[in-house]
Amino acid sequence: MPELLVESAGVPRARAMVARAEWAARTFATYDKPSVDRIVRAAAKALADHAAEFAKAAVAETGFGVADHKALKNLACSTGLVDHYRDHDYVTPRIDVDAKIVEVPRPAGVIFALTPSTNPVATTSFKILLALMTRSAVIVSPHPLAKDVCSAAAKVMAEAALAAGAPDGVIQWVAEPSIPLINALMTDERVDVIVATGGSAVVRSAYRSGNPAIGVGPGNVPVLVDRTADIPAAAARIIESKSFDNSILCTNESVVIVESAVADKFVSAMVHEGGFLLNPEDRDRIRELVFPDGHFDIRFVGKDATWIAAEAGIRVPANTKVLIAPFDLAVPEEPLAHEKLCPVLGLIKVPTAARGIEVARAVLRITGAGHSAAIHSRDAQTVLAFGAGVPVYRVSVNVGNSLGSSGIHTNLAPSMTIGTGYAGRSSVGENLQPSHLIHWTRLAYNADVREVLPDFTGLSPWTAATGSVPPYPQASNLSTANVAPPRAQDDATELREEIRRLIVEELHQIIKG
Amino acid sequence: MSHDYGFFSFESKDEVLAKSKEFWNPGKTQFWIDEGVPLVIDRREGYFIYDMSGKRLIDTHLNGGTYNLGHRNPEVVSAIESAMTHFDIGNHHFPSLARTALAEALIAGAPPGLTKVVYGSGGGEAIDIALKTARHATQKRKIVSIVKAYHGHTGLAVATGDDRFSKLFLSEQPDDFPHVPFNDLAAMEEALVGRDVAAVIMETIPATYGFPLPNPGYLEAVKAMCERYDALYIADEVQTGLMRTGELWGISKHGISPDIMVTGKGISGGMYPISAVLVNEKAAGWLTEDGFGHISTFGGAEVGCIAALKSLEICSRPETRSMVHYISDLIGRGMRSIQDLYPDWFVGIRQNGVILGLEFADPQGAKFVMRRLYEHGVWAIFSTLDPRVLQFKPGLLLTPELCEELLDRAQVAIGLARDDVARAGRKAS
Repeated sequence: MPELLVESAGVPRARAMVARAEWAARTFATYDKPSVDRIVRAAAKALADHAAEFAKAAVAETGFGVADHKALKNLACSTGLVDHYRDHDYVTPRIDVDAKIVEVPRPAGVIFALTPSTNPVATTSFKILLALMTRSAVIVSPHPLAKDVCSAAAKVMAEAALAAGAPDGVIQWVAEPSIPLINALMTDERVDVIVATGGSAVVRSAYRSGNPAIGVGPGNVPVLVDRTADIPAAAARIIESKSFDNSILCTNESVVIVESAVADKFVSAMVHEGGFLLNPEDRDRIRELVFPDGHFDIRFVGKDATWIAAEAGIRVPANTKVLIAPFDLAVPEEPLAHEKLCPVLGLIKVPTAARGIEVARAVLRITGAGHSAAIHSRDAQTVLAFGAGVPVYRVSVNVGNSLGSSGIHTNLAPSMTIGTGYAGRSSVGENLQPSHLIHWTRLAYNADVREVLPDFTGLSPWTAATGSVPPYPQASNLSTANVAPPRAQDDATELREEIRRLIVEELHQIIKG
Repeated sequence: MSHDYGFFSFESKDEVLAKSKEFWNPGKTQFWIDEGVPLVIDRREGYFIYDMSGKRLIDTHLNGGTYNLGHRNPEVVSAIESAMTHFDIGNHHFPSLARTALAEALIAGAPPGLTKVVYGSGGGEAIDIALKTARHATQKRKIVSIVKAYHGHTGLAVATGDDRFSKLFLSEQPDDFPHVPFNDLAAMEEALVGRDVAAVIMETIPATYGFPLPNPGYLEAVKAMCERYDALYIADEVQTGLMRTGELWGISKHGISPDIMVTGKGISGGMYPISAVLVNEKAAGWLTEDGFGHISTFGGAEVGCIAALKSLEICSRPETRSMVHYISDLIGRGMRSIQDLYPDWFVGIRQNGVILGLEFADPQGAKFVMRRLYEHGVWAIFSTLDPRVLQFKPGLLLTPELCEELLDRAQVAIGLARDDVARAGRKAS
């Protein structure tokens, strides 16, 4: 058989996607706010309509996580996200009368979005919607383990966006991701920004690419429970949060640090909520099983606590949600002090809250700096000391960290991409949000009082989207006049056809009941 | 400055031009000097060609679509380089790997009904194959084409075209090759009504005539007449195929399934000569009756087949189609706004996708525009058979930035050409 040197077929196609995205971005950047809102809502709704289906498909494809929890995230990152940003505007120029500055938002352009296997659909939806809100084109490259479900998610969003008037090609996705393909797109000069969520290797190569990039580092979340905490509430929140999606999020708690004075009460409360306290022998078995030779075995990613216990030959109650593994010292050679993408929670007792802060710092020295931490306390001074002492950019207070740091149970920006800032080798320290994907052109008037800022109220440089974009290239002698849309007749027919189709579909739904 | 190309070298552009006249083609060489386009293409890359002087030009002539995908498209170059490690031209006597693979790919993307592929080495040969095929299938000799048609320069093809190219070589054959006016259905019917016509051959948009657009329904009616009077319909898609109209084949936009379809030029990315004729079962008979009926050593050269497979794949991508729609929209709108500036001079825009014929209000108007465009870094050619009209054919893979630059250059050049014509007019009168 001849072996001809042929570039993997996906790579040239991916480059073609970038070229198409450039065209889409150029057009999208002229859309006005109502057009953008319509597109964003349509894409979000399309994903939300499939939230549960895609959640199940993600679990089936990747083999980890909890479908119900994923469905919740899918909703939070689609219609939930749109609700959150309902009153935000990344399109209309802003006028600062006092500063005599008018600010015109400029989209990033072409966004290359890498999405992880742990949070596949929610992150795909999240990044697509951020791109749409800010009028950029986006190419999604899913993690290979979740490529089918992510492609399906991107496709329904793309179709809905297009039907709502988005320019053709504004949402594209890589159906067969590969390392050469990702490298080719990351280093493609036509990509305006890479938004990388995933393993450190992916994030580091995004930063090495030579293109602007927003990538975030890993988490390893310490949580402190001090003597002033509402113990039953803290225990309930931590068990719920640690078991959320079987702990595959970077925001799931890793090590709980508890003041000795309340430790027994706290552990009992956790057991009451579905925690299972491992004795030292069982703890060692779990450590050996989950971290053979000190390295995390990815077989356990996102698996149920009961399954992991059974693998270790440990009998646990059927309702067990989290395995609690006590240990003494958070140091690099202690596997239990590392990030555990499964419902195994480290437990360290400390004599004082001050010592607890030192332990939290120790956990983050291993990995996870810049990411997130949590504290359960009623003492403002301790909370402040924790926030100032622990090198993270968000601390969830009296709330589970999984949905706290991702802004779903707190008022942080709801996000599937947690900026780890300079401490975590990232360019962004906040939760990724639409504002990170635009820059502003500032029209700065002469500060001299004699130079007056004219009235910009109501002015907009953008236009409403009409018809299909781009229009179908009909021969020029088929249109009656160049100004009239050549297919006005057809459009009306198409619209009627579409309405008819929707009605038929609805009737089917009703009949199926 | 010496120009050393490794295999040969020249002291200067003047030396090239002198030797070009001495050893190659004095008439053609002098023509371009006289036209104010003293171009000797040196470096070429993407949609840019460079004169020996280093002057850069955006190519919107693309040799009739040969360079649809840009000059030396890296994907096509790499495909050919790779192919050459295993294949050569091949042996036309035998079944072949690459010819079979390309034929299957061509048929997969062809208008419905086309089932087999015959290969040539260039467009003219392919047209001759198409005409011979029609004659065999119908057992009739006459071929109807349009006045001012252009289908190439080989024995039969040249007879279908304007006598500008046949008379010179005493090759007109008016009895077997009647010409009827374009867009004239009555004349077409008159030519066909005797039922003695083997085929009508038609470029979907006649290129060398300056892209006059078929009237709505014209091609469809011609096809219906062919059916009524037992003639085959041959679609010459050499210039209108391969996504230039925003669909892979221009004829598809008319819903026509031709009996025979010819492709060439852009099919192999301008890197290796090859052409192909796609035929339906009605026309394919000779391939079974006598498979050696048409022989071509270089026809369907296997290296060319791989270049064509790659080019066809690029042209067929949804991304390419989408971009062509965008480019078509931007260039169309841009040209209309230039037209708004000079309505008395820039009098018409014929457009279908990225095929444009720009009409100017002077019998030689396109030559003036061509010269000014050349001066301003754009290469576009006048229509040989209607020099009022400039052929303007932007590439399929243009970036938004380059389209904007192209429109900037065109706006200035078209304006200056208008002044040139006005000055020339004053001098003449």
